[in-house]
Amino acid sequence: MNGQQPLSQLPFSRPQRTAVVYGMISFILILVVCQIWLITATVHAFLGGDDTVVWPAAIASLLCLGLNVGLLRYLHKMESAR
Amino acid sequence: MPQSSDSKHPDGKPTADQPRWRRDFPIDTAQDEYVSRRDFAKFLVLTSGAMAVGQATLVGQSIARKSASKPDAMRIARADDVGVGQVVRFNYPDPGEPCLLARLEDGKLLAFGQKCTHLSCAVIPDLPNGQFVCPCHHGHFDARTGQPLAGPPRRPLPRITLQVRDGIIYATGVELST
Repeated sequence: MNGQQPLSQLPFSRPQRTAVVYGMISFILILVVCQIWLITATVHAFLGGDDTVVWPAAIASLLCLGLNVGLLRYLHKMESAR
Repeated sequence: MPQSSDSKHPDGKPTADQPRWRRDFPIDTAQDEYVSRRDFAKFLVLTSGAMAVGQATLVGQSIARKSASKPDAMRIARADDVGVGQVVRFNYPDPGEPCLLARLEDGKLLAFGQKCTHLSCAVIPDLPNGQFVCPCHHGHFDARTGQPLAGPPRRPLPRITLQVRDGIIYATGVELST
């Protein structure tokens, strides 16, 4: 044991937690905008008869969702460590 | 007046220095802000999930479209009955899919889906100007290629492939393009 706590268990102060949430919101927002762009482009291609982008776009969107869910879980861990 | 950095009030002053209404209803502003931001993060993740579900739906529709069989050929009209500049309306491949068959000035037969690719209004032929026109939002399409020329549409009209056998015009398929 080196005496270090995992990041998720660090006792953040309230202002620090607010800053962390702001950072997370910024990152999540960027990912959601990417997903909105992805679905717009995919619908356009799909309605035009182009199916080649459907699978890659779905995988990319699921990756974005996974990242977002991970960030939210981190937030819950941070709260439970208080 | 010294301000405390750990005060829960927006102005940083201690509770004793706050106005009476704030002392009567003491709200931890920082905590309140934190909770509302956290809830907003949850809402964003929910939106992210909705986008992923939408993409999955498109995958399902793509699979269904690939596995669907090619539509059968359908008789439209006798070739002699469609004169230069004339237009025949028909439904293909489903009864709810209106299409237009037109004979251009050079005698060439062309057919396109009638639904505008913007918001599915029915396009109107304007063959003297070589166009199909959507009256709803003034979308214009080239009558030879179906490509959008002006207005909000970005995708061409779906092209109906034709075949003329024994003087009869048949619709044989639908070609989509971006």
